[in-house]
Amino acid sequence: MLKIIDLHAGVSDKDILKGINLEVKAGEVHAIMGPNGSGKSTLSSVIAGKEEFEITKGEILFEGEDIEELDPEERAHKGIFLSFQYPVEIPGVSVTNFIKTAINETRKAKGLEDMPAAEMLKKIKAKADLLEIDRKFLSRSLNEGFSGGEKKRNEIFQLAMLEPKLAILDETDSGLDIDALKVVANGVNKLRTKDNAVVVITHYQRLLDYIVPDFVHVLIDGKIVKSGTKELAYDLEAKGYDWIKEELV
Amino acid sequence: MSLKDKLLSSYIAFEDHLEDDSPLHDLRNEAIKTFENNGFPTKKDEAWKYTSLNSLLKQDYSIFPKRENNIEFKNVKKYFLHDIDTYKIVFIDGVYSSFLSETSHDGLDVCLLSSALSKPKYKPVIEAYFNKAVKQDSLTSLNTAFAKEGAYIRIPKHKEVEKPIEIINFSTGNEAATFLQPRNLIIVGENAHVQIIERHQSLSQNAVFTNSVTEIFAEKRAMVDYYKIQNDASEASLIDNTYIAQERESNASVHTFAFGGKLIRNNLNFFQNGEHCDSTLKGITILKDKQHVDHNTLVHHIAPNCESHQDYKGIFADSSTGVFNGKIVVEKEAQKIDAFQQNNNILIDDKATINAKPQLEIFADDVKCSHGCTIGQLNEDALFYLRSRGIAKNEARALLMYAFANNVLESVKVPEIKTRINKLIANKLGVNLGFNL
Repeated sequence: MLKIIDLHAGVSDKDILKGINLEVKAGEVHAIMGPNGSGKSTLSSVIAGKEEFEITKGEILFEGEDIEELDPEERAHKGIFLSFQYPVEIPGVSVTNFIKTAINETRKAKGLEDMPAAEMLKKIKAKADLLEIDRKFLSRSLNEGFSGGEKKRNEIFQLAMLEPKLAILDETDSGLDIDALKVVANGVNKLRTKDNAVVVITHYQRLLDYIVPDFVHVLIDGKIVKSGTKELAYDLEAKGYDWIKEELV
Repeated sequence: MSLKDKLLSSYIAFEDHLEDDSPLHDLRNEAIKTFENNGFPTKKDEAWKYTSLNSLLKQDYSIFPKRENNIEFKNVKKYFLHDIDTYKIVFIDGVYSSFLSETSHDGLDVCLLSSALSKPKYKPVIEAYFNKAVKQDSLTSLNTAFAKEGAYIRIPKHKEVEKPIEIINFSTGNEAATFLQPRNLIIVGENAHVQIIERHQSLSQNAVFTNSVTEIFAEKRAMVDYYKIQNDASEASLIDNTYIAQERESNASVHTFAFGGKLIRNNLNFFQNGEHCDSTLKGITILKDKQHVDHNTLVHHIAPNCESHQDYKGIFADSSTGVFNGKIVVEKEAQKIDAFQQNNNILIDDKATINAKPQLEIFADDVKCSHGCTIGQLNEDALFYLRSRGIAKNEARALLMYAFANNVLESVKVPEIKTRINKLIANKLGVNLGFNL
């Protein structure tokens, strides 16, 4: 589904990603772990199409197509979703209206009519129930005055509504207490199918107890230096990143 | 002949036609002298540093409409709040249109200044209120000299007016260029509530220059909500001089939605004469092309224990220019004042300009005054967030601009006005977002 080949990217003349190779197949869950400043969030932003980053070398293929030239909205229409570490507050636009707009804009791009109101409502209700979201929450302004946990839950609600092929969860666990973490993880697990894939970006192994990865990759200084199975995450939790850095030397 | 000279010579003919014993005779003569001595303001005047009237003064305006002009309701229906019942006071080229209006004398007066000025029964009211709230500056005086027609609204005490009142000034463009000077007098009695919408609308691309004066008196515990919709044609210009005199415990708000026209200058003045007054001044300005809007506000805190809230948002595209000059004066006696002023601006294009100038003059020692002013661009991170959800760039930008301006709309009390403004904003931003923005 997603194939990243020797990706170099950064801002102005500073490379942040220095040769990433990664392949994510349908049905898989990948975790990307790494210390602060290793390029985790840059990688997710580059996949989602943030314009401030420039790709200097390499390719990002999504379902076989090079997506480098695509706008963020076009990537979203193709089925790429990024759950933000710091979702933006949009006063005056309710969660419901926002998600309706996002869904219908995506449908419009595919040449479809707007989703009928009744169907939309039904879907909103089902997904809100799945994530244990109070109906009142949906009429609040998007992310405005939301707690850290509410923001993350709202991100996963959007994920559930948009049903992307590839979901990238950037530090979704930060700011969540253990109960909220379980709800969010449970939601993500229920949304998994053999046709979609999840990339979990995280500092800690904690979230991976609930969203169990098929593969774990360690990102240090813009490169994936080690890949393994979920046991690698336990090693990192127990021993930190230094031992890997030492191995590299 | 310059416009000034033309006005001065028209004045003689104008005064000749009025009855000799008009109580306003002396007032008019004094006012025209003030205008004669001071003329139109220039950029040399500190208060007009960023707004030049030069381009407007070059036109050869017709000062008095030559004939009554009619327009069909179906052609102007869209300018009314047609989804709800309202009182309407409508003028076409400065002349009252009984056909388009819906006035009342049933438990309140929603009618014409011309009849209030001429009928004996209104004489005590006119003497008590007319021209009493204004500053004697040149443009207000010019309006006073020629004051003849406009809205006259008087709400008796304890009356809650059940439907909003619309004041609409149409100009047909039957003359190559028209100069209009509406004069409104609004008196809201003790504990009375009213909501008023004012609009100036040119129906052609011919030049229109309006110098309007509105006096509003909010008596004890009165509540006045005033909405100005300024979305006029590209050759229409407006100088709006509004004066609000508040007595104790009154609550007055003015929302100004400046979306169109060639040049707009809003001189908005609040005077808090009694204790525990609350004043709200809010505005959304969305401009493009070479449009120019100048908000010149004054909140004069004369009595203690009052509040004022100002919040103006501006979005400027192309080579449009905005001015925000917000002055707060707190007199020595006006202790325990809470005055808040905020002005945020987004410049969309490199050639757009905003001149922002907060002015605080505080003579009391126990007050809370705060002001904030920002000038920036759209937040790129926010734009990326919206686009990553599949919302195209233009729509995402519009959504962010809407969100930026939104909290000004929160205090709009009439839902139909809110809906209307939302539509105008969506329209200005060139989007249709599929839900009621």
